[in-house]
Amino acid sequence: FDTSAPETVDPSSVPQPKDDFQEELVIRPLHSGDIYASFQFRTVWETDFMRGNKVSHYRLFPKSLGQVISKFSVRELHISFTQGYWRTMQWGQPFQPSPPGAELWVWFQDSAECKVYAAGCVDGTWKELTNVLSGIFCASLNFIDSTNTVQPSASFKPLGIGNETDHRFLRYATLPREIVCTENLTPWKKLLPCGSKAGLAVLLKSEKLFHSSFHSQAVHIRPVCQDWQCKTTSWELRQTLNVVFDLHNSAQGKREWSLFKMFSRTLTEACPLASSSKIYIDITDNPQGEQFEVSPATPLLSQAVVLGDRRTFSVYDLTQQITFGTVRSLNLLIRWKSSEGDMLRPLLHAERYVAGYGLQTGEIHTLMYNNHPYRSFPVLLLDSVPWYLRLYIHTLTVTSKGKDNKPSYIHYQPSKDRLRPHLLEMLVQLPPNSVTEVTVQFERALLKWTEYTPDPNHGFYVGSSVISSLVPSIVAMDTNSTRERPLFSSFFPCKEESSYFVRVYTEPLLVNLPTPDFSMPYNVICLTCTVVAVGYGSLYNLLTRSFQIEEPSPGLAKRIANIIRKMRGVPPL
Amino acid sequence: PPIVLFYVEFERKCRSHVSLLCCHASCFGDEDNAGQFFSSGHTNNWAVLVCTSRFWFNYRHVANTLSVYRSVKRLGIPDSHIVLMLADDMACNHRNPKPATVFSHKNMELNVYGDDVEVDYRGYEVTVENFLRVLTGRLPPSTPRSKRLLSDDRSNILIYLTGHGGNGFLKFQDSEEISNVELADAFEQMWQKRRYNELLFIIDTCQGASMYERFYSPNLMALASSQVGEDSLSHQPDLAIGVHLMDRYTFYLLEFLEDIHPASKTNMNDLFKVCPKSQCVSTPGHRTDLFLRDPGSVLITDFFGSVRKVEITMETINLTDPINPVNGELQIRKYSYVDQLPVSEIIHQKPKQKDWHPPDGFILGLWTLILLVFFKLYGMKHLKHIF
Repeated sequence: FDTSAPETVDPSSVPQPKDDFQEELVIRPLHSGDIYASFQFRTVWETDFMRGNKVSHYRLFPKSLGQVISKFSVRELHISFTQGYWRTMQWGQPFQPSPPGAELWVWFQDSAECKVYAAGCVDGTWKELTNVLSGIFCASLNFIDSTNTVQPSASFKPLGIGNETDHRFLRYATLPREIVCTENLTPWKKLLPCGSKAGLAVLLKSEKLFHSSFHSQAVHIRPVCQDWQCKTTSWELRQTLNVVFDLHNSAQGKREWSLFKMFSRTLTEACPLASSSKIYIDITDNPQGEQFEVSPATPLLSQAVVLGDRRTFSVYDLTQQITFGTVRSLNLLIRWKSSEGDMLRPLLHAERYVAGYGLQTGEIHTLMYNNHPYRSFPVLLLDSVPWYLRLYIHTLTVTSKGKDNKPSYIHYQPSKDRLRPHLLEMLVQLPPNSVTEVTVQFERALLKWTEYTPDPNHGFYVGSSVISSLVPSIVAMDTNSTRERPLFSSFFPCKEESSYFVRVYTEPLLVNLPTPDFSMPYNVICLTCTVVAVGYGSLYNLLTRSFQIEEPSPGLAKRIANIIRKMRGVPPL
Repeated sequence: PPIVLFYVEFERKCRSHVSLLCCHASCFGDEDNAGQFFSSGHTNNWAVLVCTSRFWFNYRHVANTLSVYRSVKRLGIPDSHIVLMLADDMACNHRNPKPATVFSHKNMELNVYGDDVEVDYRGYEVTVENFLRVLTGRLPPSTPRSKRLLSDDRSNILIYLTGHGGNGFLKFQDSEEISNVELADAFEQMWQKRRYNELLFIIDTCQGASMYERFYSPNLMALASSQVGEDSLSHQPDLAIGVHLMDRYTFYLLEFLEDIHPASKTNMNDLFKVCPKSQCVSTPGHRTDLFLRDPGSVLITDFFGSVRKVEITMETINLTDPINPVNGELQIRKYSYVDQLPVSEIIHQKPKQKDWHPPDGFILGLWTLILLVFFKLYGMKHLKHIF
């Protein structure tokens, strides 16, 4: 049951710090033997970047991001870097979903310098913003341009507070090819107030984090309500890191996990700048301790409603010295005793693949599964396909249980060659316990030879589809947004109790385009030899060949007759 | 409150010599130190380290570049002064049996990738155009600072290139080349724009000496791993990783640099002796005719390390009062979170207003034709019925 942080000092005597930092780690053992760890670092700052006087004194909030917000009039910024694909059927739903590669979506604000009806103003700001972010995060975000940016018309509503939602201020782009490695983690860690020197961030060692099935790090900036009245706003920065460790890679097949095995470090102290620093271990499937045991034992328990389910957690409070015990270091150990038990099937998951053969045409199939036994719910499907796959929208079909399922809202923006991609958004009602299949045929375009990447035979990526949905919840969700809650349950705002918002990403597709043969020596040798043989050979023959008249050789009968005549001494025929 | 500021002067030649400098007095305190202060010639150090090869079997080129990066960082050049360009990612490559590591010695002794690496140009961004733009400084205005070479006329720059090359060219990512003429011209542009004080150019490719044959700008020193007509060979494979880990020249260069510390006195003549023919199989070459100073007087740390010039002063500066952010008038309206999936709103969404464009020529012409035909057929008297 909830343990609130103890009251520290009398508020009137000490000036209230206007910024606050919290960190938490949630560890969820998965049924396949893998383990899912989710870090969240949240800085809340009561300030206004949009006012005239520039903010110059930064304490916990990183200055590089603060300057980005004020310079580019950003209302919300969400950027994620992911390596691997989240397997919903085996691992359940993540706390913060993210597609493979890099994803960036931003809501801009109307500012004096940039009125949205001035064509291209938001686009110009978007281009500069991607360049600045590529420098901050050491990623090639400068490859985001008009050919992979879309403006969704109904998906990606703001996660922060706000009254109007004009979708002309929203931009969304993905780079499915983007590699995530230590050079992206290093600047991400430097944004934290304690860096990687104290608190939960000491566990973030790249050699262990990248040797995993799934690794995702993200930065989310949005304005939030400060208190229950919601008359003033604060800026919230959340840095999240989700990682799934594989049973066979990291634990050598033994179902026994510990902080040292996962991260090659143990914890010795909380971040001194943090107001709360906690570790939550999900023990819902283990009420009496028969499935696995957690040591060291802790008396603190917490219940939270997250992802439509009420889960129970063991809590370790790192701000209390007693958590570290006599050895002054905390190494949590989770040892599995039995391996029974089924995971609750996720209510919504999706797949996508390319069908067809050859390098001319193909078909994209997207399958959405609704596993609820009797409730149907609406999903919003967002597809952004690059221009070099020419979609034939007249072949778009949506079928559920074999019958046609007409979407209640379709928004389609056709592509322009080398300018912008296809954008398809549909609101589909998924019938209960069914599979809905969306198919569309496409044709592959021939690129100009300068547009190919240095390794064109690898293929070209198509970004993941995004499926946003309000899924019916098993237990009543908590709609009071300002009550003290653990960070992982307050990511998506909740407006009604009977359903919760979830976002599912499909796999990215890898398609081969017709590629010319770039092998230079082969082409040059063939061409050169042909030119030499045909050109020089003919010229040489013309110059040096001389023609002589030659009598054709006589037939066999005539030759025998000539021999007989020679023997007779008579002149030949 | 007034704050007393201290700057510390750190001499290169002596260990740690602290001297007080009074800003308003005209004396420097010690004539000797002033003379040494101004004879070194450079005030800051930059490094541009480029690996130009893609694909897993070119692991050794990335390991080469990262080992020079590691030495340069260890000797003091900060990340903000290093432009690191890696054409492919080996550490998190799916074929790497130990992710997030790049080893330079077999049996995985030394991880040159480390935990604190910042790659500025990676993957498809490593092109000839980007490399030349970084050198000459002609980058688009929105390029972030970490991707720029912000050197001035007192900077010593180290440029290290590795990859596959031939006689007079270096191959970038299997699809384009840079020739020695282009490189020489880029250095001349840098000289004319006063973008360097002295420049050390090291190249580790096959026939590397051909790349510095065409240099003609002053203050350039160049080293190459092999002469024209020779191949640079790789050092040793690691059976667990399955590829060759480093090239011979850079391997012995790394060994040499591991012995250098920020205060060492080794000079360039020792660097020229790195990797003789017995170890390298190829003959390393160097070129110093364009360099004004004698190579024996040039320290290794002039290029591989970083110089910090600081001065102590006893002057105090009064800080002004902090600016108090003006709290605006309290907003009475209540904010709220937005509905994430407002189904009814979406269904009844009005189609997006498209920007109005004036009708183009075809439509105008078509309508003119229709009107002309109509009035020809039926005569002008019908005009008044229409308007």
